[in-house]
Amino acid sequence: MRVISQIGDWFDRRLQLAAPIREAAEHPVPRNTASWWYVFGSAALTVFLLQLVTGILLALIYVPSASEAWNSLQALNHDVTLGWFIRAMHGWGSNFMVALVLIHMVQVFLFGAYKFPRELTWIVGVFLLLMTLGMAFSGQVLRFDQDAYWGLGIGASIASRVPVAGPVIVMLMLGGPIIAGATLSRFFALHVFVIPGMLIGFVCLHVLMVLKLGINEWPMPGRVVKRASYLSEYHELTKKDGAPFVPYAIWKDLFFAAFILLAVAACAVYFGPFGPTGRPDPTIIQTVPKPDYFFLWLYALLSLLPPSMETPALLIGPVVVIVGLLLLPFLSGEGEKSWQRRPIAVLTVLLIAITLGTFTHLAGFTPWSPHMNAWSGDPVPERLLHGTTALQRQGALIFQVKQCRNCHSLGELGGQRGPALDSVAVRLTQDQLIRQVIQGGGNMPAYGKNLSPAETTALVAFLETLHPVGQAPAREAARDFVLRENSTHP
Amino acid sequence: MPNENNISRRGLFMKLGILFNGLVATALAMPIVRFLLSSVTLGRAGAYLSWVPLGRVGEFPEGQTRLATFQNPYVMPTDGKTVDTACWVRRIEGDQFQVFAVNCAHLGCPVRWFPQSGLFMCPCHGGAYYRDGSRASGPPERGLFEYPHKIENGLVTIQAGELPTPGPSAALSGKNPPCA
Repeated sequence: MRVISQIGDWFDRRLQLAAPIREAAEHPVPRNTASWWYVFGSAALTVFLLQLVTGILLALIYVPSASEAWNSLQALNHDVTLGWFIRAMHGWGSNFMVALVLIHMVQVFLFGAYKFPRELTWIVGVFLLLMTLGMAFSGQVLRFDQDAYWGLGIGASIASRVPVAGPVIVMLMLGGPIIAGATLSRFFALHVFVIPGMLIGFVCLHVLMVLKLGINEWPMPGRVVKRASYLSEYHELTKKDGAPFVPYAIWKDLFFAAFILLAVAACAVYFGPFGPTGRPDPTIIQTVPKPDYFFLWLYALLSLLPPSMETPALLIGPVVVIVGLLLLPFLSGEGEKSWQRRPIAVLTVLLIAITLGTFTHLAGFTPWSPHMNAWSGDPVPERLLHGTTALQRQGALIFQVKQCRNCHSLGELGGQRGPALDSVAVRLTQDQLIRQVIQGGGNMPAYGKNLSPAETTALVAFLETLHPVGQAPAREAARDFVLRENSTHP
Repeated sequence: MPNENNISRRGLFMKLGILFNGLVATALAMPIVRFLLSSVTLGRAGAYLSWVPLGRVGEFPEGQTRLATFQNPYVMPTDGKTVDTACWVRRIEGDQFQVFAVNCAHLGCPVRWFPQSGLFMCPCHGGAYYRDGSRASGPPERGLFEYPHKIENGLVTIQAGELPTPGPSAALSGKNPPCA
């Protein structure tokens, strides 16, 4: 024991780090911050360290070359001992890290911790969030499969819409005129050197400021932040009702961090690694690319925005969000910290969470995408064909063959791009059906050039049978009258 | 004795040292920036756009649209399969052709041709195009990208070499500007 302490002393006489470390560890924090609500930041840091370790392990096998990356991922999954587990840890670690950073941010926002004097801590945090998302996207690219390939295409298409500089940005992003070897190499450099390097630097700054400025006290309704008096009030609080960070508060961080690591490992073991999906071969076009979980909301948004709003929303939206986040501590740097006195803050968080949640949920089953195989894969329900005429059955056949089914469902099967047609005859009269089929409109292509008059007649005859039992099909009231008039007065 | 107005010998040397470093940094920045911008300064028509044959005219039946593949003319040794590119070739009649990029004009996903309904459909966000490439429905703001093409020695040849992207003109132009 004495030898160990002697060795320790030998190092410390030269490094002189023991005193500042002890001071940092034992600095007093407000007693009520030793709470389970204050563990998300340290958990995010823990997962970041996990990502560094698993990332380095993956780099032992991974080959950042467009021709070899996919093969090296297969080798990791199938040939290298526990390669699948390290890949799964890294993939799930990425999901957990994005989630923890977001939860940490929401907690900081709701507890008013971004207010004076912690504005810069918040701003550095915003950059940490952006870098985390950058890591998530570039990591998805390194999993060089079909999703990565077409995901890059989507990224390039978005970048190309920047006025004037668009083409240059695309060239810089892809490293050449097409998505190829240079593209993967530069995303490798970003994912492995550039962004992690910046992340480490910014994390150090972030933690340093937490130590220097102190952990945000538990917000009490009515305890208002004022620039003039806050620092002395905080100092008073830590003196009167403070406790050393180690061990008073840190044990909860330690338990939560270990729990999170265990959760990542459990997900990794249970769900396994992400992909890779098919080979990144651009000539294989039978693919339905989808982004990773944390960008699904964006995928949904890009489908649902009206075309005219898309480019402005894509280019201006992120700028507004980022500038808003950066300005937040300056716009409300003082005042109430407690969420109980900040209803707009709480509603904002709820609104954003519900919006992102809804978009993510929608992206899970993509109602806006045609089901490419519905026309040949989903049969017309038998009950719809009972007691139909030959003409109507011919119409049902045309309904399938012309891929109507890819966008319209019958009996819950088929695409959801257009409305379900189980009761279309109640909504549209014969004339309206004919017009809609031939001219399209409302988001439907016109089929006039692709249907012969006989085919249109048959198709509409079938569509007219699509109404619930006991509910009469729509019919133009004036039509019978006009027809009768015409027949009596030729 | 250094004072407010006089620069000391050491102070001068430090300033000269900073200046010297600044000059060296500027000199070194030139090759670094040029290296970083190499993909931008590559030069379009001269370097990577070329005419690529897709196949003999006879391989494409009249009135039909077929998938053709070609190798991107600009190749780096580590590109692997990514240089293989697909495109949709529509032979209207005789020597009249249209060659479309597979990339949707919305965000670049690969569109598929459905001959029965005469539509190109995109699996990502639901864009649809008619057989002549014009926009039918969905989020795209324009029709499919078209490669410039010509018939040379009985071969259908297209000018290719870059990933077609919608670009800033997407919202402004109702027509189909070529993609290459």
